[in-house]
Amino acid sequence: MTKQEALFEYVLRKADDTLILGHRLSEWCGHGPVLEEDIALTNLALDLIGQATELYQYAAEVENKGRNEDDLAFLRLEREYKNVLLVEQTNGDFGKTIVRQFLFDHFQSLLYERLMNSADEQIAAIAEKSIKEVKYHLKHSSEWVIRLGDGTEESHNRVQESVTDLSRYIEELFYQDEVDEILIKEGIAADTASFKEEYYNNINAVLSEATLSLPEKMWQLDGGRKGVHSEHLGFLLAELQYMQRTYPGMEW
Amino acid sequence: MTTQELQSQDLWNFLEDVKDPEVPVLSVVDLGVVREIENIENNSWLITITPTYSGCPAMQVIEEGIKERLEQEGIRAQVKTVLSPAWTTDWLSENGRRKLKEYGIAPPVNEVDKSVLFAEQTPVPCPSCNSTNTRMVSQFGSTACKAHYTCNDCLEPFDYFKCLK
Repeated sequence: MTKQEALFEYVLRKADDTLILGHRLSEWCGHGPVLEEDIALTNLALDLIGQATELYQYAAEVENKGRNEDDLAFLRLEREYKNVLLVEQTNGDFGKTIVRQFLFDHFQSLLYERLMNSADEQIAAIAEKSIKEVKYHLKHSSEWVIRLGDGTEESHNRVQESVTDLSRYIEELFYQDEVDEILIKEGIAADTASFKEEYYNNINAVLSEATLSLPEKMWQLDGGRKGVHSEHLGFLLAELQYMQRTYPGMEW
Repeated sequence: MTTQELQSQDLWNFLEDVKDPEVPVLSVVDLGVVREIENIENNSWLITITPTYSGCPAMQVIEEGIKERLEQEGIRAQVKTVLSPAWTTDWLSENGRRKLKEYGIAPPVNEVDKSVLFAEQTPVPCPSCNSTNTRMVSQFGSTACKAHYTCNDCLEPFDYFKCLK
């Protein structure tokens, strides 16, 4: 694998994470439990889709095969999407959406903090831009985890169930392979192993405040980075890609 | 006016007419979205802009607006978008802050570090009655750059142009 191929794959993976999670959040539009949360979740979605656009534009430039950001976002097959499994999981109830967001925000924040110093200028610029938005997301999701966990018996039980359920996707956030190894050597990618402990400390601090806890042991799933997804991604893509598949090249 | 006489300051002045479509009292210059104006050659100029938020849907309209305004002056403009250095509310001009308040949107105040959960919020004065007895209804408002507040004294709900650093 050349450095250029690795860079394309690396940026694509990050772009897919943000697009798929952004799309999931956009499904809340008009369905939020209260108006303020409806607006908050769609604001988060907008930030993430914006970040995805920047990442896809850069991936397309690195690939240099005449594809643009829309081709990458809309015209690939399921197996070509390289997002982690966590972000494609269904919204469930509001609590599950918040827990999914919480687990992702803490990861993305630590990742971008490091990527701001990437030897790749464009990755550093995207990280510098995005981290300001991610800090808002992180605060929002963390405060909700505490409110729901330390709320009523009903909210506590439901949100604990989501924490247990989604904990099987945490380790995959730190997945690394040849793509990362090549770029870590070049000072372009961040070594996820270097902030894994910090991640667990950060989420555990919030969970404990929320009277919640991660299960001691949980079977961990992965595959997303290789394009092997859970059953949910196909359904999501069917909706995401519908317009471009039905009316190819459509613009408005 | 001949092209030789055009100085970048003239272009800055023209761009005062291009408004943010979401907050129409602010020009793209007040907002700090226009970063640089450079002459390429003769009548061609390069305008460098930066987005406020990654997903800000107004950016395309702003880019079109800039080109259109300069075209009226017979200027050919290219618009380039850069992400770094990342936009901050510190770039909002004094004039912009005043116009925001007059329009009923509270301008950004210096906030505490966002990584502190449940931190005591810096009071945001109500743009109608100036009371600092206000409360945040939601961190996320009608656009990416605003939060939603209510004044406890005059009971007016208002938008707050939130601090981004």
